[in-house]
Amino acid sequence: MSGSTAAPDQLDERLVRTSPLRKLLGRPELGSVVGAAAVFLFFAIVADSFLQASSFGTVLYAASVLGIMAAPVALLMIGGEFDLSAGVMVTSSALISSMFSYQMTANVWVGVFVSLLVTLAIGAFNGFMLTRTKLPSFIITLGTFLMLTGLNLGFTKLISGTVSTKAIGDMEGFDSARALFASTLTLGGVEFKVTILWWVALVGVATWILLRTRFGNWIFAVGGEAGAARAVGVPVIRTKIGLYLGVAFAAWVSGQHLLFSYDVVQSGEGVGNELTYIIAAVIGGCLITGGYGSAIGSAVGAFIFGMTSKGIVYAEWNPDWFKFFLGAMLLLATLLNAWVRKRAEATA
Amino acid sequence: MARVRTGVRAMGAVLAVVLGASLVGCSSTGGKRAEERAAAAAEGRAAVNTPRWTFAMVTHSGDGDTFWDIVQKGAEQAALKDNINFLYSHNDEANQQAQLVQTAIDKKVDGLIVSLAKPDAMKAVVAKAVKAGIPVVTVNSGSAESKEFGALTHIGQDETIAGEAVGDELNSRDRKKALCVLHEQGNVGHEQRCAGAKKTFDGTMQNLYVDGTNMPDVTASIEAKLQSDKSIDAVVTLGAPFADAAVQAKQTAGSKAEIDTFDLNAKVATGLQTDKLGFAVDQQPYLQGYEAVDLLWLYRYNRNVLGGGLPVLTGPQIITKDDAGALADYTKRGTR
Repeated sequence: MSGSTAAPDQLDERLVRTSPLRKLLGRPELGSVVGAAAVFLFFAIVADSFLQASSFGTVLYAASVLGIMAAPVALLMIGGEFDLSAGVMVTSSALISSMFSYQMTANVWVGVFVSLLVTLAIGAFNGFMLTRTKLPSFIITLGTFLMLTGLNLGFTKLISGTVSTKAIGDMEGFDSARALFASTLTLGGVEFKVTILWWVALVGVATWILLRTRFGNWIFAVGGEAGAARAVGVPVIRTKIGLYLGVAFAAWVSGQHLLFSYDVVQSGEGVGNELTYIIAAVIGGCLITGGYGSAIGSAVGAFIFGMTSKGIVYAEWNPDWFKFFLGAMLLLATLLNAWVRKRAEATA
Repeated sequence: MARVRTGVRAMGAVLAVVLGASLVGCSSTGGKRAEERAAAAAEGRAAVNTPRWTFAMVTHSGDGDTFWDIVQKGAEQAALKDNINFLYSHNDEANQQAQLVQTAIDKKVDGLIVSLAKPDAMKAVVAKAVKAGIPVVTVNSGSAESKEFGALTHIGQDETIAGEAVGDELNSRDRKKALCVLHEQGNVGHEQRCAGAKKTFDGTMQNLYVDGTNMPDVTASIEAKLQSDKSIDAVVTLGAPFADAAVQAKQTAGSKAEIDTFDLNAKVATGLQTDKLGFAVDQQPYLQGYEAVDLLWLYRYNRNVLGGGLPVLTGPQIITKDDAGALADYTKRGTR
């Protein structure tokens, strides 16, 4: 009876070899991938123009604008928190950039830089308030959401005298900034917006952080059980503030896209979009309770959303029913997602 | 304390970098300096010495709506001239708007201006104001209900007539298949515009609903529509900011459609001049605010009622490339 050899039937369950198929079935985004394939097939059948290459560019654009925000929001949700201010923060970021450049008559890059600092500060404020007050993130970010909505309107009106910003299209640096945030690339005759690259990059970085770094482990830990995580030495406060900074950074990217594609920003925009980001993350397999999910899943969720909202247009359905179709498609995709996950967990 | 001080010092450093960068990175074109150079300081003074009456305006505007901003500007300038204490409030939910009207009645204002986007919800409270002896002028929407509710007069645009004007204009431009882009689902005025356009337009017209609070989504939706139907040769948006989104969608979709729009702003004026847009239908929001205050003043001062109680129309005025140049400066200062 030597302790060096263990009987094969007493192997630690973490060391049990699993087949690649079973491993795949355990991935959080699997359900949403199946859902995406279903939505894709559905629209490929009912809408003639859905399969055109140019339509693909449009669908990807719609998905990317949402996906840029959905990736850090997914990370935040895995970390067990919400950010209801994310939608309006995008508008704030665009407004700050535009108004700073205009009022100071500065090169627009200066405004872009200032906007990055201020937006990150808003994110830090969310994280700081959350960890300091120990109030639920729902309350904290709801407060930030309302304050930002008011500040957007109030400041814009105070500074520019109207509710939208002045045009900055004729200012120095605008063209180069537009190239970075809002240009269009033509590949094989199809036009792709640069936001798609931003999206891919952000999802890539988020996935790398989540799966390959210590910070990624911390995110899963604080989302699973914050108390236990703290007990084993995970810096819960730093992790949560970091997650809010991630959301703020993505809001900055989206805000600059908004500004440089339309040159003028309306201060009342962005309300309601925060829910869309959360929906994309949930469709992508994130649990509302935290501790489970993936960044790639959020991308698939955003893609489903993009396909659904544009597919309805391609299918030329009666527009009166637009919102109903959108809701039904989303519900179906999420149900399918949940069903696949349950099957996968049952066989694992 | 030490931590606090380093924090303050770090913030100071950031501020210094920002200010330094803004001085170094000045733009020699555009910006506020250009505006200041161009704008001459104009100061307003009351032109009359009538008592300082208080008029309240309660509209169905949402937060940050550029259209209502212009209405408000017109009203404020008339108020300044007429020596009026002008109060403005708004809410896009009918119930809340009615409550705001009630507060104006409670304040015993000397005149009330109200928009009737959801007439049924406003009926009772407007009747209350009339009963309390407050003269009421309705603006923008509600030309059909205005008189029935006991208002002195209505100032605005008849949405159906405006839509019909669009249909006629599209005909004269030889358009065959048009798209009407609605950015607020359930807005009665929007439906009336598209229905009016459909009525007089000889070609076919389809409606497209988009999410007005999400600009990239508006662009992508119009793009999708133009890609799925290449025969569309005209796109009509119902608000000025959406015209620009349509222009971008047209470029990406490689469509040849002409973009036309309701309402005017600085970008639309430039768009018309550079042929990116075909025409704009202006309902002159400045007039709606200005005239409403002025008519209440005339009523208080002289018991005058313009239009003899019939609606006074402020639109539709079709603006094309020819007129756009002359209007560009006014759009920039936010009064057109």
